Amino acid sequence: MTTASTDGARSHARSQAGGATMRIPAVPDGVDGSRLVWSESVPADSYATRVLGRGTRLRLADPDGGACAHLLLFRADASWERLNIADTMKVPWQAYLSVGHPLLSDQGRVLATVVADTSGHHDMLCGLPRAGQQKMLLAAIKHGMDIRDVAPSATLFKGARVEDSGALTYTGSAGPGAAVELLIHLPVVVAVVNTAHPLDPQPAVTGLDIVAWRAPDELTTPVNDEPEYLRALFNTEATWAAAQSSEALR
Amino acid sequence: MTTTLSTVICDEVVAACSPWSAILRTGQSLQIVDLHGNQAVDTLFYAVDGDTVDPAGRYNAQATVAAQRNIFLTAGSVLRAADGRPLVTIVADEVGNHDTIAGACSKESNTLRYGHHTVHQHACAENFLTEAARWGMGKRDIVSNINFFMNVPVEADGTLGIVDGVSAPGKSLTVRAETDTLVLVSNCPQINNPCNGFDPTPVRMVITSA
Repeated sequence: MTTASTDGARSHARSQAGGATMRIPAVPDGVDGSRLVWSESVPADSYATRVLGRGTRLRLADPDGGACAHLLLFRADASWERLNIADTMKVPWQAYLSVGHPLLSDQGRVLATVVADTSGHHDMLCGLPRAGQQKMLLAAIKHGMDIRDVAPSATLFKGARVEDSGALTYTGSAGPGAAVELLIHLPVVVAVVNTAHPLDPQPAVTGLDIVAWRAPDELTTPVNDEPEYLRALFNTEATWAAAQSSEALR
Repeated sequence: MTTTLSTVICDEVVAACSPWSAILRTGQSLQIVDLHGNQAVDTLFYAVDGDTVDPAGRYNAQATVAAQRNIFLTAGSVLRAADGRPLVTIVADEVGNHDTIAGACSKESNTLRYGHHTVHQHACAENFLTEAARWGMGKRDIVSNINFFMNVPVEADGTLGIVDGVSAPGKSLTVRAETDTLVLVSNCPQINNPCNGFDPTPVRMVITSA
């Protein structure tokens, strides 16, 4: 096929999608496909972003056992409010992510809660390796942000643990097929970079699957009953309710 | 025999609960003296060009911790920006186990940790925002900070918390600037946990030339 003319170049361009193969994550079992809002597979060393509404359930999966999802969350309507890793560890008195753990903003609100986790191999201590920072910066820039917004991030599917001495031990992956699900409590920009954990001695990663669907009913039941979490939910719901225009509620 | 004399450039007492900042030029040292003992000194570092902050050169807790494979800071620890560049090195430390993970207190997070009755108490985030604004920075420039003289153990199951400190009156820590670096400090005003012995006190800052 010639590309010497605009006509040939257009035909060449348009012929490509038909013969291509592309991995699209399956709809999770039990999820109504009509509620799906995001389905994307992120290859090694690439990244993805999306604005997700309140009441969305976000599933990150590691089908081949080598994914490493570095995650940042920003309020979609106020990006200077973002995931605060220090508060996310300190407020729940817990350094390691598992079901029930809130991902807190710097303003005492819940951006997301971990609602399912079959991995248990996560880390909020080590962050992005230098090679992955440019990808996170690009994700931020595409939402009107810049280097100042690229704050400490959470890492899913590759873990680290702290010894009594403070020393870090890399615990790697839980193996193929693990998934983590987050309930989104406020409109957020999700930025995910699929690249190595900085302590991984074998930094090659495999594909990351992302699926999200509407699950507004899940917002009505607190995921855990710890006092810090319930107060964070109160702050979140109060902020959301106060910002709604009266006309929309009539 | 030669004797090297260092010159004191700045010797200030930071009042309890107050912010403070200064630029360290390459090679200069900052000694932070815990005058009354167990006073958390929340600290951030930013590379500067002249007096202008380099937004890519701010202290990054995760890069610092990953590079030394340990969450605690003490003598020998190199405090780094996200790109791995050294900002300051801890060259002397009489305390150990300085915290990298628990961040700053804020009015907002106090509502979660202690209840909504604490929302109008003073907090480190207020100090950081006030002092950062003097250098042309805003909220987006504030990230996870170091807590000198604050003790935050992590147990085997991940449980962590701010517990009684291991510092004592007069103990100090000294950092040396590896590049021109702005030091931003909140002398922590928290009164609801043991990070300041439930009684915030002054600290002393001494900058000396090489």
